[in-house]
Amino acid sequence: MSTKEKSNDRKVYGLLAEYANPAKLMRAAKLSNRAGYKKYDAYSPFPIHGMDDAMGLKNSKLGWIVLSHGLVGFAGGLALQIWTSSIAYPINIGGKPFVNIPAFIPVTFELTILLSAFGAVFGMFFLNNMPKHYNTLFNSDKFARVTDDKFFICVEASDDMFSLEETEKFLRDAGATDVEVIYE
Amino acid sequence: MSTNSGYVVEKPLVKGNHTFSSITALVADIVEKPTPLWWYIAFGISNLLLGLLFAMLAYLIWEGTGVWGLNNTVAWGWAIINFVWWVGIGHAGTLISAILYLFRQGWRTAINRFAEAMTIFAVMCAGIFPAVHVGRIWVIYWIFPLPNQMQMWPNFNSPLLWDVFAVSTYFTVSLLFWYVGLVPDFATLRDRVKSKLGAKIYGFFALGWTGGNRQWQHYEKSYLLLAGLATPLVLSVHTIVSFDFAVSIIPGWHTTIFPPYFVAGAIFSGFAMVMTLMLIARKIYGLEDIMTDDHMEKMNIIILVTGWMVGFAYIMEFFIAWYGGVEYEKFAFVNRAFGPYAWAYWIMMFCNVVAPNFFWFKKMRRSVAVSFVLSIVVNIGMWFERFVITVTSLAQDFIPGSWAYYSPTWVDVLTYVGTFGLFFTNFLLFLRFMPMVAIAEIKMVLPQADPHYYDEDGNEPEPVEQIEESK
Repeated sequence: MSTKEKSNDRKVYGLLAEYANPAKLMRAAKLSNRAGYKKYDAYSPFPIHGMDDAMGLKNSKLGWIVLSHGLVGFAGGLALQIWTSSIAYPINIGGKPFVNIPAFIPVTFELTILLSAFGAVFGMFFLNNMPKHYNTLFNSDKFARVTDDKFFICVEASDDMFSLEETEKFLRDAGATDVEVIYE
Repeated sequence: MSTNSGYVVEKPLVKGNHTFSSITALVADIVEKPTPLWWYIAFGISNLLLGLLFAMLAYLIWEGTGVWGLNNTVAWGWAIINFVWWVGIGHAGTLISAILYLFRQGWRTAINRFAEAMTIFAVMCAGIFPAVHVGRIWVIYWIFPLPNQMQMWPNFNSPLLWDVFAVSTYFTVSLLFWYVGLVPDFATLRDRVKSKLGAKIYGFFALGWTGGNRQWQHYEKSYLLLAGLATPLVLSVHTIVSFDFAVSIIPGWHTTIFPPYFVAGAIFSGFAMVMTLMLIARKIYGLEDIMTDDHMEKMNIIILVTGWMVGFAYIMEFFIAWYGGVEYEKFAFVNRAFGPYAWAYWIMMFCNVVAPNFFWFKKMRRSVAVSFVLSIVVNIGMWFERFVITVTSLAQDFIPGSWAYYSPTWVDVLTYVGTFGLFFTNFLLFLRFMPMVAIAEIKMVLPQADPHYYDEDGNEPEPVEQIEESK
């Protein structure tokens, strides 16, 4: 392969191992976790249930981001309405109170949802390091099929336990059909 | 419980023996194939209608709202009817994408992507009407809480202002939700399309998605949270739309049944629209394996149920008008059924309450022709519902001396026709350039996506003889 020829002057990014199906991928992910690898990820065309536990991942922190945004939306929405209609320019509308809380609920609610949704989307992008249009894994031709029907585990060279020979052997023993060296 | 309530095997959600890659090919290759002739024809017609919409809006803004059929008595006409109709259609998309997701209805994956697209384009069409009906559109920014030269702020006691926040939030959240769902599928297209430029454009929108589980983890959480946020949002939006009427004191509008009744009606008409679009799209693009007759049947059941909710509301309104003992309220309802607009009322009753009853029969629910015709009938009925509510209550209110009859002008009619141009222009572009089915989600509902499908060594299980599906 062309990448192999250039291998002498290029830094190794990691090892990309291919697995036949979701069950084998999950088994390999479980073994990688047990073996003590930290900088690895299991790549699949769709989310696989049980993979978080297999990899030993903690629950996503996204909920806290959404909650904080929602609270800002709630407080900000209420503050906006109270300030504009009772402090900035109070107008008597049909004899209603200036601070008319029941009437302020719809807008407060909508702004809570709006800000929470921003938190859910942009918080997810932030946690996922997106947008990041260049990724070393894209150097592999095979990796293009991860969004179609292929399953991979990539162990990164920056992992403390990484060794080109031993990690490759480990990934093959875990059931890989093919292991490829990925260069920076 | 019945004695034979054992383990019921659910029908597979995807028909035909599909693999992961055949699903990708089925959906993603639509954008790769040459554009079919019918697409150009349909796009051309839609563009003409879109041009018509622009012309009508330009004429309206130039001349003023006098070009519409409004008069002193009936100050709300087709604009609000069309607004409520379009925004109601949009709600089915959110129901499918959010509420059915929370209820773990796997069948939604086949239709959620284009139902969400429908939502976005329908809300665009809806948004035009309140924006242009203000007359002086150059000061439209007064509806937002922006500092201005008068140092005045919007009236937060007004349901019309709540509507501004509800509809704009709804549009934004629907768009974000749709985009989040599209990211992994844009990555599929990025890795698949042959043209360099295409790969760059899809790659730009895919944001560098790799499909790693560390990404999927946050992604699924985000999707779940968005579904949880969109669910109360969609209910609130049509509730607030109904407040536009219910918070006033006009007989026939000032009723507490409006919010649930409007939400049910919105889902009713929206599902009908999804049905119309689905039957056309699956036929043209050969997606019958993904959008099966089982999907059609399930949607028809929802149409039947929501249709009866709406029917119940019609009957209950009448009952309360009598039971409440308010003279004007009683008159308003008797007048709806037997007054000058009785023709509209009975079209509504027939289309919304009588027509869906065909769906009591399994044969009808599974018939493409019946489903297609009834889906259009339902949407005609729901348009007339909004007409009946808006116009009959205004045309004959408290003082007989101010009664009037309302008829639309050609500008009203052509503006409404033009919004179909906006809708279908967008929808055709979507069908042409975007994955119209959620590819990653469809793969998830295939049996081989579950690690437990395989044996202990992770190999394909021995083929079990399939029990033939009884027709």
